[in-house]
Amino acid sequence: MSTETLPRAEFDLDRPWQLHPQVSVRPERFGALLYHFGTRRLSFLKSPALLTVVSSLGDAPSAREACRLAGVTEAELPAYAAALGTLASSQMIRPRELA
Amino acid sequence: MTQAVKTLPLVEQFQYGLDAPICLTWELTYACNLSCVHCLSSSGRRDPRELSTGQCRAVIDELEAMQVFYVNIGGGEPTVRPDFWNLVEYATARHVGVKFSTNGVKITPEVARRLAASDYVDVQISLDGATAEVNDAVRGPGSYATALRAMANLAAAGFRGFKISVVVTRHNVGQLDEFKAIADRFGAQLRLTRLRPSGRGADVWDELHPTAAQQRQLYDWLVARGEQVLTGDSFFHLAAYGQALPGLNLCGAGRVVCLIDPVGDVYACPFAIHEAFLAGNVRGPGGFAAVWRDSELFARLRRPQAGGACQACSAYDSCRGGCMAAKFFTGLPLDGPDPECVKGHGERALSAAAGAPLPRPFGDHSRRSRPVPVSIGARPPAGPGPHSPGRRPPDRACDENPLADFRPGPGG
Repeated sequence: MSTETLPRAEFDLDRPWQLHPQVSVRPERFGALLYHFGTRRLSFLKSPALLTVVSSLGDAPSAREACRLAGVTEAELPAYAAALGTLASSQMIRPRELA
Repeated sequence: MTQAVKTLPLVEQFQYGLDAPICLTWELTYACNLSCVHCLSSSGRRDPRELSTGQCRAVIDELEAMQVFYVNIGGGEPTVRPDFWNLVEYATARHVGVKFSTNGVKITPEVARRLAASDYVDVQISLDGATAEVNDAVRGPGSYATALRAMANLAAAGFRGFKISVVVTRHNVGQLDEFKAIADRFGAQLRLTRLRPSGRGADVWDELHPTAAQQRQLYDWLVARGEQVLTGDSFFHLAAYGQALPGLNLCGAGRVVCLIDPVGDVYACPFAIHEAFLAGNVRGPGGFAAVWRDSELFARLRRPQAGGACQACSAYDSCRGGCMAAKFFTGLPLDGPDPECVKGHGERALSAAAGAPLPRPFGDHSRRSRPVPVSIGARPPAGPGPHSPGRRPPDRACDENPLADFRPGPGG
């Protein structure tokens, strides 16, 4: 039932990603709320650092680089990859083609 | 999820309230072409004090500034307002999404095509029986045909995933599979919600609310369907059976949701139209934002709540004592069990509180010559009437939560 128990494809940290254009982000004390107007789903980011990562995805050459710029350490990276993977599976973020 | 991204559980964050609601219910008019026997807002006649187009736009401007993602628009029948489509356009142009509830009366093929073209509009058609017989007994003659015609128009226009919203009653709880089949036929999503003893629902609750055995049947059916069927978190008192149903399982009243009524009054939740739950009015100084941020009632709802008589129960962590509005309007203490407590404590509380007067309905807009409620089953023997809790403001959470579709996300 929970998204946590579903098998999830490995998140590709090394490619460029972006926020889905139909997603609104509302910063909150705990991180942020996300709402996708296409799927009509709510989600949330549970830390301000994750919000920084997600906000900078569109300008970074890769998700790994967005994490590095947000101060995410190597040890923390798997947790962030998992969080981004959940966002990708719910279409909150999507792969970005390089121009 | 590992500790690296994890902070307080989301439910705890929400318990203390947010700076702005995530979504809210906005009833645009008390006018309605129908007179459903269980209407939460006792609708029928328009109220002369209803917000003007300009005042509605001012509210939408505030919602945009507060980054409220969407509004659940209802009524009454919101589409009978001449400026309804105009207000929908005004909201969506400002990225305030609209989900509106309708009996389908204005959903013509042309309207359906317009709706299908917008990413920011979702439609919820009310249906309270999978057959005309069961539906029309509650919603009035012809209402089944109207709803089915609207669904057919939406489906033909290519509107995928609109909602079919069912209030579960003693008479339709046996039709859950048929409701699901109707939703599947139209490419729609089924949404089941709880019958509340609010508005005119107070008059029919005794005879229409599901029996204890039916509640169990409903719970098992919902558990088996998982996230295929939406509930807006409204059955979270059933979590006391064991496994929680999908959803946030938190009372959002005054914390992450609220209600704006047609005259601009702000209430803690759509099921609590009573002065005990009135937080203010959007026409006051500071508008809606000031009510949301500064209301004393909301401040109280955002404080930690005590479990009262329920605290000792093994199920308290699951059901949190149930629904504030259901308790209030059946005359039960707000810190005691829900009238439909699955452990049977509610029934005992109702018996114990027999005889005393119930809270009077507040702001009844029913038509003066409304049809007599038609009941299909036999009316149960006159039950004991519980006592009144008086004007005491709510002091604990309720389980109402219009956050349908909420999914825990990263970090959870």
